[in-house]
Amino acid sequence: MKPQLTLDQIAAGDALPVLRYPVSATTVVLGALATRDWRPMHHDHEFAVTRNGVRDIFLNTPNQAAWFERYLTDWTGPHGRPGRMRLRMKDSVFPGDEMVITGTVTAVAVDQAGCGWAEVELDLAVGQESKTGCSARVAVPVSPDDNPWARRGERWRP
Amino acid sequence: MSDELPEDVITLIDQTVHEETADFPVERGYVWTACASVENGNPLYWDETAAAEITGGPIAPLSMLSTWFRPHHWAPGRDEPKLPLQVHFDLKKRLNLPEAIIAEFTTVFHEPVRPGDVLTTCQRLRSVSPVKRTKLGRGRFWTIDVEYRNVRGELCGVESYTGFGYNREEAAA
Repeated sequence: MKPQLTLDQIAAGDALPVLRYPVSATTVVLGALATRDWRPMHHDHEFAVTRNGVRDIFLNTPNQAAWFERYLTDWTGPHGRPGRMRLRMKDSVFPGDEMVITGTVTAVAVDQAGCGWAEVELDLAVGQESKTGCSARVAVPVSPDDNPWARRGERWRP
Repeated sequence: MSDELPEDVITLIDQTVHEETADFPVERGYVWTACASVENGNPLYWDETAAAEITGGPIAPLSMLSTWFRPHHWAPGRDEPKLPLQVHFDLKKRLNLPEAIIAEFTTVFHEPVRPGDVLTTCQRLRSVSPVKRTKLGRGRFWTIDVEYRNVRGELCGVESYTGFGYNREEAAA
């Protein structure tokens, strides 16, 4: 299988395709259970409202990380190998919200081990409001016969 | 709240604590549930041929690293729920800060996790800030690293959590 994207096809300033997703109660509960997060604010409406003081159950952070990972690798294809993700939580995402994930490439580089990297700023927003920010670093093949997943030890510098 | 950090908390900084082995091996059923939850169609998780060619066999999504350590909701003989990120809860209790949030977290990914792996983990408190006042209340920020390794001792990833423990009643007006 050839890479979907190689480093020479990426430049700083590139925008990633926008992902829109309608969040439902199922999205929130499935996401919480898939990450083994049993805390009630992610499945119990009454608890979320009375104890957390929010309007409904809300997406948990590990599931948001999974959304960002999916978004990144939708763009890179399976040869893209995430090296680092930094999430900054600002506000909650609730059932009924339309989640909009966007991304912009901020830098492209090849490290001393020859690995190609794209630095990407991602944002998960509802309407005009940013809910979670994510700075990601993803390894992308430098040529059609390169595979970042084959890198180990000193050849992998995330 | 005293500005002085207790001596036992200072001593805890950079110490390796809560070394644990996962309750269960990494398994593909959970991988598929996790992929379904975010509609992740990456062939690495669904196509045996692609996984064999690109990653040398099936792997788990990298963001699932901490999933493999979240305790069962119940287990025989356990009187109290086991907590993930125990140092975070230890600090809340020791510093008498009943409320806490995780404001930010970073994960650095190394060796991918594979079905059948039984991971081990440990936690390290990296820093605790002086007392700060935020819109949430008065408290302290702390950073905790959680390291994950496979049975071969290879580093699979490190998560760094920045938490803020606080007293709501001392919130700024």
